[in-house]
Amino acid sequence: MLAPGSALPNNLPEDTSKAAALRQVGARPIAVRTSIANRLGDNGFKFLTMLCSLCVLGIVVLIVVELVSKSDLSLKQFGWKFFVGSNWDPVAGDFGALPFIYGTLVSSFLALLLSVPLSIGAAIFITELSPVWLKLPLSFLMELLAAVPSVIYGLWAIFVLAPLLRKCVQPPLGKYLGWTGLFTGPPFGIGMMAAGVILAIMTVPIISSITRDVMTAIPQTQREGVLALGATRWEMIRMGVLRNARAGIIGGVILGLGRALGETMAVTMVIGNRPEIQKSLFAPGYTMASVIANEFTEATGDLYLSAIIEVGLALFIVTLIVNALAQGLVWMTTRGTPARTRGQ
Amino acid sequence: MASNAIHTTTLTPISWTRKLANHFLTFFATASSIAVVIPLFAIFVYLVIKGIGSINLAFLTQIPKPVGESGGGMANAIVGSAIILAIASLIGIPLGIGAGIYLAEYGYNKLGNAVRFTADVLNGIPSMVVGIAIYGLIVVVQKHFSALAGGVALGVMMIPMVSRTTEEMLLLVPRMIREAAWGLGVTQWKTALSITLRTASAGVITGVMLAFARAAGETAPLLFTAFGNQFWNFNINQPTAALPLQIFAYAISPFDEWHRLAWAGALILILLIVAAVTAVRIVTSRGVMKGGA
Amino acid sequence: MGAAIEVRSLKAFYSGSEALHDVSMDMGANQVTALIGPSGCGKSTFVRTLNRMHETIPGASVTGSVVIGGVDIYADGTPAVEVRRRVGMVFQKPNPFPTMSIYDNVAAGLKLNGFRNRHKLDEIVEKSLRGSALWEEVKDALKKKSGASLSGGQQQRLCIARALAVEPEVLLMDEPCSALDPISTGKIEELIDELKQRFTIVIVTHNMQQAARVAGYTGFFLLGKLIEFDKTEKVFTNPSDKRTEDYITGRFG
Repeated sequence: MLAPGSALPNNLPEDTSKAAALRQVGARPIAVRTSIANRLGDNGFKFLTMLCSLCVLGIVVLIVVELVSKSDLSLKQFGWKFFVGSNWDPVAGDFGALPFIYGTLVSSFLALLLSVPLSIGAAIFITELSPVWLKLPLSFLMELLAAVPSVIYGLWAIFVLAPLLRKCVQPPLGKYLGWTGLFTGPPFGIGMMAAGVILAIMTVPIISSITRDVMTAIPQTQREGVLALGATRWEMIRMGVLRNARAGIIGGVILGLGRALGETMAVTMVIGNRPEIQKSLFAPGYTMASVIANEFTEATGDLYLSAIIEVGLALFIVTLIVNALAQGLVWMTTRGTPARTRGQ
Repeated sequence: MASNAIHTTTLTPISWTRKLANHFLTFFATASSIAVVIPLFAIFVYLVIKGIGSINLAFLTQIPKPVGESGGGMANAIVGSAIILAIASLIGIPLGIGAGIYLAEYGYNKLGNAVRFTADVLNGIPSMVVGIAIYGLIVVVQKHFSALAGGVALGVMMIPMVSRTTEEMLLLVPRMIREAAWGLGVTQWKTALSITLRTASAGVITGVMLAFARAAGETAPLLFTAFGNQFWNFNINQPTAALPLQIFAYAISPFDEWHRLAWAGALILILLIVAAVTAVRIVTSRGVMKGGA
Repeated sequence: MGAAIEVRSLKAFYSGSEALHDVSMDMGANQVTALIGPSGCGKSTFVRTLNRMHETIPGASVTGSVVIGGVDIYADGTPAVEVRRRVGMVFQKPNPFPTMSIYDNVAAGLKLNGFRNRHKLDEIVEKSLRGSALWEEVKDALKKKSGASLSGGQQQRLCIARALAVEPEVLLMDEPCSALDPISTGKIEELIDELKQRFTIVIVTHNMQQAARVAGYTGFFLLGKLIEFDKTEKVFTNPSDKRTEDYITGRFG
């Protein structure tokens, strides 16, 4: 149906065959690739890049397969008792991973205890309180913090942090708070506390940057609405921003936890490497990641190696779950935008 | 109370508790920022103080001297890292960029979302497990440690990193640019490579640099793959020294001389990383790719 | 020479919801057809079905037929890429390729389709830039200046040159002047008048005066339907449909 009132103009070109019409109106100097080549190119390219993406999924499969198959021996030998036994005795062939689980949990929670308030405080400062000219340098510094390799944190922790703790922090803590049982024993510097502190420093960039992302995503209208009701700045931040950003911030904290749980080098260098469960934070300890790092290449015998790999499997599963949970929470708030350099 | 009395509004001052809470928050937030930045400065300052004196020609060209002798360097570790990272880049960069292109251009489906999520999660798990997996795949099969295994482990780690940064950079290219190319009758794959990727190239390259710098600092995956070596080694099928491995070994050793070398090595490593992070910052903040005049 | 466009019963969908309802019209070869209508009425969607750009949006689809120069562009064997070589497009916001020089921008469509002959490329680039009235202003800095370093009006003329270089038969222009100042707009309108001798032009515009200035025929869209399509004079002075009249006299939109 032609639109009412329309008239066909009378200088239509001569109709030729389909291919000719599409390719040769007038002299054409341009070579046109055949449609088959184009389609092959498009489909082939899509297929190739898809294969590359599948590699990402393949990596997870690879890790799971290797870890499970190599820890088979130990799994069969000890079963679930592996995770409650506190005796790690390579000589006798008896392996219980409880000290490492304890060490991992304690060091990580100590780290979060210190880093969460500081990270959120710093994030609040950068997003809400800081003068504009300071925002960029500060966030750049955070990115640098995130990029420092674990081994360098460890190096600094051995030679600077641990002596600092030993000389200036642990004696007063032992003297005044020793009655709690948490600060007893000789202050070595090296030990659970040092591990907790260095982990805290390392998790700050992650938690802080995610908190910042999430807080910045809250629209200005929310803040203005609360201010217009006569709120102070703190109240505005609490009601207008933090409340809305809650899920994302929790996601960031859990992500920080995931990082702390799996952190290897820095912790290995300062935790003291003793597979014992002790209440005092001054005492040396051992984490799952550390025992693997230290003893993997020294493991004599298949059972020993298998036990170590089983620890690795447990660590992998735990960090996988924690990270997936955290990512889910963060995605919900930032709606799946690609992760920037969020700190390793 | 005459009817034409002027009505004045009295402003009730806010309670002192609210004021106090407000001031406390400001104090706390500022103090937190300072507290958080102090370790960074402390680390850099110490690295420079303790390391700069030891970076000399000897350091960069010699291998470690036997225990007890002073001098020597980490040349073998620097070269070893270079070899391992070269292998890693061969694997990690093409596969990572390919995956990034898929995610940005075609990945709005279940597969794309699964890959995206998995890559983000992979970026968070301990890198050591990758080392364990490659140990099983390559070291056990070859019956010895090797730079090859180390390179594969680091390369595998680079794939999720590079894919996410590549995707992010490609998505920054405005859709209009792609449409301009499609409108000219250019095929989708040619557009993706010659137009979109080219426009985003600065960003993609710096994303790759960042992943490279991170891989350069990784120690754990190399513990059971490249293993380390006190001497020169150019054979990729033999255990090879790497900078972070050497730093670790020396730091936990009881020898002062080795500690000195560790600081110097750490300084070199951190300089590389700072350069990469700064480059990324410059490129992404200038918005080179938006096509603005 | 331009090609004639015949549209029959065209419907366009975004993920199942119908955005264009049963549009049929004939646009003659070497004519300038303007499409007017309030925001969201479907004119941009319509124009994008003419070069199969509509389907690049995930979930978008089309039914009905569009025949350009006697060829059904939606026929099963016809690849979209080839259609887009024959039907050029100039977008609302100028979008030169930012990493390329002026020369490379104009040559992009040709180079990417495998055209390699240096001499011929030079010729075509010059011809296209002359055709979009940009040659005199940039001829000394063709390879040195980047496409993005030009002013807004110049950028849009660069995009026109880029579209001309592949020698399409139809040129679609989606509000090409809406981001430009009046002087640049005037230059482009002059251009359209010259270009119509070589191409069929379809121009979407928000500006009714512009439609009156450049187009021989005008189509009025409202809520996804083509309400009226006729000689420009008639549509603006004596429209057949009341809704057209209301829009033209400013009662809404």
